[in-house]
Amino acid sequence: MNMISSAAPPLDDPRDRGGPAQPLLIARELRKHFKVKSDSGTAFVRAVDGVSFTLFKGETLGIVGESGCGKSTLARLLLHLVRPDSGELVFDGETVAEMRGITVNALRRQVQMVFQDSYSSLNPRMPVQDTVAFGPFVHGKSKAESKAVARSMLLQVGLNPDLFGSRYPHELSGGQKQRVNIARALAIEPRMVILDEAVSALDKSVEAQVLNLLRALKADFNLTYLFISHDLNVVQYISDRVLVMYLGAVVELGPVDEIFSHPLHPYTRALLGSRPSMNPKQRIEEPPITGDPPSPIDPPSGCRFRTRCPFAEPVCEARIPELGAWTDRESHVAACHMQVADSGHSRAVGNA
Amino acid sequence: MSQTAVLSHPVTEADEQAAPALKVRGYWASVGYRLRYDPVTMFFGLVVLLIILAAIFAPLLAPFDPYKESVIGRLKPFGWKNHLLGTDELGRDLLSRLLYGGRVSLLMGVVPVCVATVVGGSLGIVGGFAGKRVNTAIMRTMDVFYAFPSVLLAVAISGAMGGGIGNGMIALSMVFTPAMCRVAETATAQVKNLDFVEAARATGAGTLTILRYHVLGNVLGPVFIYASTLVSVGILLASGLSFLGLGVRPPTADWGLMLSTLRQSIYVNPLICALPGAAIFITSISFNLVSDGIRAAMDVRM
Amino acid sequence: MPEMDGGLQSTGSSATGSGLAAGSSNLVEVEDLSVRFVTREATVHAVNGVSFAVRPGEVLCILGESGSGKSVTLRALMQLLPPRRTRITGRIRVDGQDVLSLDRAGLRRLRGGLVSMIFQEPMTALDPVYTIGKQITETIVRHRGGSQASARARALDLLELVKIPSAAQRLDNYPHELSGGLRQRAMIAMALSCGPRLLLADEPTTALDATVQIQVLILLRKLQKELGMGTIFVTHDLGVASEIADRIAVMYAGRIVEEGPVADVLANPLHPYTQGLLASTVHGQPRDQDINAIPGSPPDLRRLPTGCAFAPRCVQVMAECRAGVPEERRPLAGRMARCIRVPAGAVLADAVADRV
Ligand SMILES: Nc1ncnc2c1ncn2[C@@H]1O[C@H](COP(=O)(O)OP(=O)(O)OP(=O)(O)O)[C@@H](O)[C@H]1O
Ligand SMILES: Nc1ncnc2c1ncn2[C@@H]1O[C@H](COP(=O)(O)OP(=O)(O)OP(=O)(O)O)[C@@H](O)[C@H]1O
Ligand code: SF4
Ligand code: SF4
Ligand SMILES: [Mg+2]
Ligand SMILES: [Mg+2]
Repeated sequence: MNMISSAAPPLDDPRDRGGPAQPLLIARELRKHFKVKSDSGTAFVRAVDGVSFTLFKGETLGIVGESGCGKSTLARLLLHLVRPDSGELVFDGETVAEMRGITVNALRRQVQMVFQDSYSSLNPRMPVQDTVAFGPFVHGKSKAESKAVARSMLLQVGLNPDLFGSRYPHELSGGQKQRVNIARALAIEPRMVILDEAVSALDKSVEAQVLNLLRALKADFNLTYLFISHDLNVVQYISDRVLVMYLGAVVELGPVDEIFSHPLHPYTRALLGSRPSMNPKQRIEEPPITGDPPSPIDPPSGCRFRTRCPFAEPVCEARIPELGAWTDRESHVAACHMQVADSGHSRAVGNA
Repeated sequence: MSQTAVLSHPVTEADEQAAPALKVRGYWASVGYRLRYDPVTMFFGLVVLLIILAAIFAPLLAPFDPYKESVIGRLKPFGWKNHLLGTDELGRDLLSRLLYGGRVSLLMGVVPVCVATVVGGSLGIVGGFAGKRVNTAIMRTMDVFYAFPSVLLAVAISGAMGGGIGNGMIALSMVFTPAMCRVAETATAQVKNLDFVEAARATGAGTLTILRYHVLGNVLGPVFIYASTLVSVGILLASGLSFLGLGVRPPTADWGLMLSTLRQSIYVNPLICALPGAAIFITSISFNLVSDGIRAAMDVRM
Repeated sequence: MPEMDGGLQSTGSSATGSGLAAGSSNLVEVEDLSVRFVTREATVHAVNGVSFAVRPGEVLCILGESGSGKSVTLRALMQLLPPRRTRITGRIRVDGQDVLSLDRAGLRRLRGGLVSMIFQEPMTALDPVYTIGKQITETIVRHRGGSQASARARALDLLELVKIPSAAQRLDNYPHELSGGLRQRAMIAMALSCGPRLLLADEPTTALDATVQIQVLILLRKLQKELGMGTIFVTHDLGVASEIADRIAVMYAGRIVEEGPVADVLANPLHPYTQGLLASTVHGQPRDQDINAIPGSPPDLRRLPTGCAFAPRCVQVMAECRAGVPEERRPLAGRMARCIRVPAGAVLADAVADRV
């Protein structure tokens, strides 16, 4: 379909500043603590607690982790939908801030998000075409131009605007709603899209369609994806690199094949071991990790995973393991004392 | 390549085009469609319409001057000398007085509700959408009014300000505003936490734009429904005020007032005394049933 | 990855595979259930002649595409469909009671004690303006009586049972303050609050991450064994089905198109839709190729095609497919499929299961 190639931005995007080698997004020590009421006065949920990572141009970074570990909050931080308590965001070489560098509004022009809940993320009283047109309209296009953009976007996600444009969300199926959400995100021609559980609510055959669509759109529009999901099979399929979070912090980061074949962190191993077997004759009888996830209000000292880790030792309680230095797309690092040669852990690399 | 992937899954397009698509209606159009086929609502909507028209065209419809008294013609039965509904205790034509009285009663029912909808609705939307502090300020103020039973509050306010149509309407507006504010605030607070508002913020829209395009439409529904139930409450309260001598003053024709003055004659001609009460009853019941019908029609998932 | 050639070799169905024991030992019996939503604009044929049975302690998984009538079937079991526009025919028995003829009081008893349901979209079942503690407490008080304080204590126990961290504080959270997974677990706690004999679970783990999902599945498996609780479990995740199901029923356009013991169906799907579903499940496919999605989307339930409803998307379609709705065929013990490509008679002569 030539529509697509003509609508796609040229490969050398004028908005691109630092060239292909410069990371598209760098997050440094992002932190967000939510204030909550509790019996003993106020407490803080450490939803995101010092997260740093780098997103390279054109890649898909998968984010996995226990529910409640702060994935959605991280996504919202990246768009400044919640304001970080501290930390720094660098988008294509520019710091995101009100005073210098790139403003939040300019950032939102280049980074878009597809939300977790396709049901509540569409306005129930707005025809979907208007929903998609809203972004371009806000960014200064005229009503007619916005409408034209919306129609072409709907077409590209496989929804005929003549048939679907005037419908309301309750008249669409889950997969169709999620397509509208994707169209909405792409309508202002972002360079990066955050997909927060974008396919989790879809059934398998639609999920396959949407994944194929996402892959196609990525190539056509030269996009960079941040793909949040708890479906490890899907993450394995779509990601180039994977970031594993636990309780508000990054515990492992590396290329997808490395992570799935040689997970370093005990939590990652447990996570991969929790995948349903797909074989009813070999069911998982014991959960790979048991115990309650600790409270993000009062996380354990030292390594956050130590309350559930089968290899926990005194050193794990005493010191926080560092994620380790990583340099490029190929490096594979984990925040565990077992990965550091002279950490004092009996199973540390080199001790064995 | 990737492009074929897009083309090879045109979801439902083939299906949709194969068979003639059913008519796709917009939200409000589908509400209207469902209303059209709800006989109860349609019937009472017609009644409401007739009542309103009768009030508007009272000068044309009234067969007699509603203020013309007659010493010999007091409390005459239905049909007495062309007085279709008889006469009241001062010999005035009751039909004419009911028609004129409808004007005052409807005015007292509708105007305060409109004022409360605009004032209370806006405050509620601001309170619901704004942060904690603004919300607390607005809602606590409203709660002060809300704490009194509405009848008591209306009586107190118009008692303090004195009677008359104007003061009565002000009193009723003050009674309705906190309740309206509550409804708008609840509806806004529910919408505010839904992802589509956040999604709109993520596209870079400012607060006012979001309020206008995304919040208003979702809050207006509940607010509007509540307002339509308030109309009948307004008519009843206004009648009550007049009945207590706090609203409209004699000899103005008003249903509540008529009920109050005719009360003394209940043993002479009970049928006639019941007429203003019946007018109030029918009007408020009709408004209530219509707003119930609208509420049902607006629930898309029913 | 299961075989997908659709061959008909018996996989040697074991004890789980023997058909249903007929008679009153069933906790749930559904016969020829049809649900239509009638409005002036159109009639939606959401469920079209569904029959199945569940024994106490058994888990039946209903798989199927979005919109295929899974949730409607569950809601029909609890009479939770909008009464004015819903037309239900057929027979539903739960624990010997004819659900379709229950009066209001009977229904309240049914919903409160005997059957409870975990809803698909937690936000539609949780009220955004009340804390979850309040909502669970209310449910307990309404159905079981007792004091607010004891109900609250039980609510706390339940939140701990479903592994919500710092449960005591979470009681005072509003739904939007919880992550998706926590919300779903709060829903599960609410459903278990009244000790049901039949649990209807509508995609209860879709919003959960893998580690919690497997814990919840093992927990449900355990509770269900201990309490002898029958479970109907709707999911579209084959992995989840293979973890928890005894039998699975695959729905398409309001009909059960395939049914059988879970291991047999996954290893050797008979119906082309089941085969397509298995192929489109992401599970270790090469990353540089598109997934074999079933093209198109399910039929409009307002205008079902005559004949096999899957025909517009089926790769094995023949002219005869469109002639009439394929009848149930049982080529193997305990297995059923509605497809004319499946042999009509029993392939193994002795293996025809007699079924209610
Ligand atoms: N507005 C808020 N107020 C208080 N706590 C919050 C708020 N938003 C999120 N949290 C808390 O922050 C933590 C992280 O939540 P978040 O939604 O980011 O998790 P998640 O990783 O996306 O989980 P899931 O996979 O279940 O969606 C959770 O403990 C959550 O309860
Ligand atoms: N109250 C209703 N009125 C009209 N149609 C309805 C109603 N409830 C459900 N339907 C329709 O019935 C069909 C079956 O819906 P159902 O919710 O059972 O699907 P499902 O199999 O649960 O799908 P999903 O996997 O998306 O939850 C759908 O086409 C739906 O639109
Ligand atoms: S640092 Fe210690 S507790 Fe933490 S994951 Fe490694 S071994 Fe386990
Ligand atoms: S009956 Fe025909 S169309 Fe239907 S599934 Fe079987 S082969 Fe395909
Ligand atoms: Mg999330
Ligand atoms: Mg469903």
